[in-house]
Amino acid sequence: MTDAPHVITFDTLTEHYQPIVGGKCASLGTMSQAGLPVPPGFAVTTAVFAHARDLSETQQEINDLLADVDVDDSAALAAAAAKCRDIVTAWPLAPESEQLIRDQYADLCRYCGVEDLPVAVRSSATAEDSPDASFAGEHDTYLWVRGADEVIEKIKSCWASMYTDRAIAYREEMGYEHYNVDMAVAVQKMVRPRSAGVAFTLDPTNGDRSGICIDSAWGFGEGVVSGAVTPDNFLVDKVMWCVNRRTISPKAQAYQLVDDSVQLLDLDEDTANTPSLVDDEIIAIAKLARTAEKHYGCPQDIEWAVDDDLPSGEDVVLLQARPETVWSKKSHEVKAEGDLMSSIVSTLVNPLYSRKEGSGS
Amino acid sequence: MADRFPSPFDIESPSGADGWQDLYTYSSLFGEERRDYEDGGFWFQDGVHWPEVLPPWDASLFELAITALGQYNTRHYMVPPAYGVDFRILNGYVYLSPVPAPAGDIESRVPLFMERAGYYFGNWNRLYDDWLVKIRALVQEMTDLDFSPLPEMEDMEVITSGAGMGSGHRLIANYHDLLSKAIQLWQYHFEFLNLGYAAYLDFFGFCKQAWPSIPDLAIAKMVAGVDVDLFRPDDELKRLARKAVEDGIADRFESGDVDTTCQLLKSDETGQAWIAEWDKACEPWFNFSTGSGFYHSDKIWIQNVEVPFGYIADYIEKVKEGVDLNRPVEALHAERDRVVAEYRDLLDSDDDRAAFDAKLGLSRTVFPYVENHNFYVEHWAHSVIWRKMRAIGEALVGAGFFEKADDVFLLKRYEVADALFDYYAGWSVGAPSRGPNYWPTELESRRATLDALKAWSPPPALGVPPEVVTEPFTVMLWGITSDSVSAWLQAGDGEGGDGSLSGFAASPGLVEGPARVILNADGIGELQDGEILVAPLTAPSWAPVFGKIKATVTDVGGMMSHAAIVCREYGLPAVTGTAFATKQITTGQMIRVDGNTGKVTVID
Repeated sequence: MTDAPHVITFDTLTEHYQPIVGGKCASLGTMSQAGLPVPPGFAVTTAVFAHARDLSETQQEINDLLADVDVDDSAALAAAAAKCRDIVTAWPLAPESEQLIRDQYADLCRYCGVEDLPVAVRSSATAEDSPDASFAGEHDTYLWVRGADEVIEKIKSCWASMYTDRAIAYREEMGYEHYNVDMAVAVQKMVRPRSAGVAFTLDPTNGDRSGICIDSAWGFGEGVVSGAVTPDNFLVDKVMWCVNRRTISPKAQAYQLVDDSVQLLDLDEDTANTPSLVDDEIIAIAKLARTAEKHYGCPQDIEWAVDDDLPSGEDVVLLQARPETVWSKKSHEVKAEGDLMSSIVSTLVNPLYSRKEGSGS
Repeated sequence: MADRFPSPFDIESPSGADGWQDLYTYSSLFGEERRDYEDGGFWFQDGVHWPEVLPPWDASLFELAITALGQYNTRHYMVPPAYGVDFRILNGYVYLSPVPAPAGDIESRVPLFMERAGYYFGNWNRLYDDWLVKIRALVQEMTDLDFSPLPEMEDMEVITSGAGMGSGHRLIANYHDLLSKAIQLWQYHFEFLNLGYAAYLDFFGFCKQAWPSIPDLAIAKMVAGVDVDLFRPDDELKRLARKAVEDGIADRFESGDVDTTCQLLKSDETGQAWIAEWDKACEPWFNFSTGSGFYHSDKIWIQNVEVPFGYIADYIEKVKEGVDLNRPVEALHAERDRVVAEYRDLLDSDDDRAAFDAKLGLSRTVFPYVENHNFYVEHWAHSVIWRKMRAIGEALVGAGFFEKADDVFLLKRYEVADALFDYYAGWSVGAPSRGPNYWPTELESRRATLDALKAWSPPPALGVPPEVVTEPFTVMLWGITSDSVSAWLQAGDGEGGDGSLSGFAASPGLVEGPARVILNADGIGELQDGEILVAPLTAPSWAPVFGKIKATVTDVGGMMSHAAIVCREYGLPAVTGTAFATKQITTGQMIRVDGNTGKVTVID
């Protein structure tokens, strides 16, 4: 394990690194590898964690602290847990690890053109996200972390989050050894969306599989997801890559960043009525959604953002993808009638456009 | 919103055009005797093929074309819901009215249609191969018709062969023959066309059911051919431009003057070799009209050599700049395959995929005819007809009937037979014909009448619109839908006056630029780089200017109009069938053309 890399950027994180980056980082790497651009960042591998732990020579001390604790005695558990966390946050980083992390963070700042780039630092435990013992939510995530010193501090805090009261109790309950869990950490750029929203890889108005339907508003996607903002809507053809339908809504408000917190602000009329996406962005989002659909093999419902800090052309990022559940379950078979000649007769006698367009007046 | 268009009986003759009715066949006019039928019908102006006032003789080809269209629906294939398309001329402009089959007859026509149309679909390739032979033979027969003037004295050979007939018979019989062959030509034209559209419509309908939002042009793209005869004239221009550059004689085209260029070319062997290549390209490919082909005044390349020479000079500049003029045929094939494969993948079942394959297969079988017939009929054969008519005109000029050959087109088609008889009679009797005293004043009055008609703007439609436009060929051929009918009604009310126009999204893309309104082919030389062409319609032969314009907007045209096919080929954003673009937009205005949605907006 000592030869294992210490930091790996998401876009180079191939499958064989998965054992040393934990579940969270592995899934970010998988998406990146599949052509689904996630906000950029890097994994701090379990090698860094193991190195620091071994250097500190404190594992026995931690084991002893936890060996005696009664998990049903919450005061005792809390005290032991706090001591463990203090021990972990005091671990010294191996100098080579620390330099690699600082360099990688500096690269990320340079790429985004932002000094002390705000990042999210998330724990990515090796046992996390495993189907039989989900640790999801058991470990901490730190948002709006700025500067290399703070990044390193929060990496240690992520490691320490292995020893929250709940995480300890959970492992005891499941019969896991505390020292068998290794912790990797994801350091990922905080998205600063110019615009954001959702996209479906079908037309939710009629289930048309050739359409990609995008809802978009200014700022963070919360407004679109919660319904607080009436979004612009675009329908893109997923074969021809043209915009078949566009509805520009007055987007009177937007969730925007104020001092590292997201607030709902009023927009001036001009901004409200300006389309929140230009055509290149619309097509990039549609292509992203289509790639997700092909990657996961079923219609997707994705969240995306156009990140103001990223270079144009690379600024559309995927925040989340999940299967679409409403239309996916329904058949969309056409069931053309009979043989070719009968079908032609039916086309002539009852033409489709007359059925579709109605009287038009 | 109004619920009907003006009655044809309420339309007045433009001032100075009284008596215009005498310029056309009585049966093509609205008349009190058929008022109940005519006033209750829906008549739309066919600006796709006849955007301008019809000269009297040119009305012949209009009448023969529309009649032949009807004959196949009504009497040959027994198309279940559709009879033919009725036609009228009003103030010199043409109006059409699709005639449905009586509701009670539809069912009994179905098995007949299936047997008859089924035979053509089942034997399409063989029948189409036969068609190509037939049409070429017909064009040759028309070309061979001799309309040279009557001789001072018959040749000795007429005597010695015992012919027993002379040149007068030849002239009159050949004119009747020309008319008969024109009828034949138009029957050939519609032998396949409606069936081709029916097969395409069936595939189109399937695609719209499978993918309700699929753009029309995506469906067209899956079916369209890559090697289409309609593109051959343009390909030939490019070939000749490349040859001129390769052979080092490009500078001979710099003067921009045809005579100068020809003198230079004839001066040496290299130039003569180029001329030989030119001659090869001319027959048949430069029998290409700058318009729809339905007007004698449409310029034909081989008779207006300055047109193709101008295009060649433009292409020479491009070749010198290193631009690759070849159409990317392999890439176009690959793109077509990609589009088909990706839509097909979106289908839900093997049954659907089997139906898709069968419908696409039939559409591709029929489509070469749909795409190619236009060159053979409207361009090539018509240009022969116009030449032959001018030969008749020349003969009558020689006999003092007319001032110039084109005057012959001011006569109705049977009046030409009368004039030829008058010429023949004078020649045979050896006494004066009446023509030289009769026609000059008559023609002067006709010219004035036609000029007065030209100043009139035809309303887009007359009469009572159907609640729903259901007639399948109306939509395919003319791009008329329930939506366009209601847009016309609104525009007539002055509604929808936000400066925007809507039409068919015929070719994708979104651009802004200055408009250049061009009312006919003579104006296309005014187009500047980066302008947006706004025209009543465009002809396939305008293709060479598509390299310098940003987009095209037309008043008329459907999704399969010849112009739409060429716009897609050139990757040029296009909105067709806007009805009012040339009236609402003026040259120099900045406009935005959205070929994805079919919207055109004036932005200043």
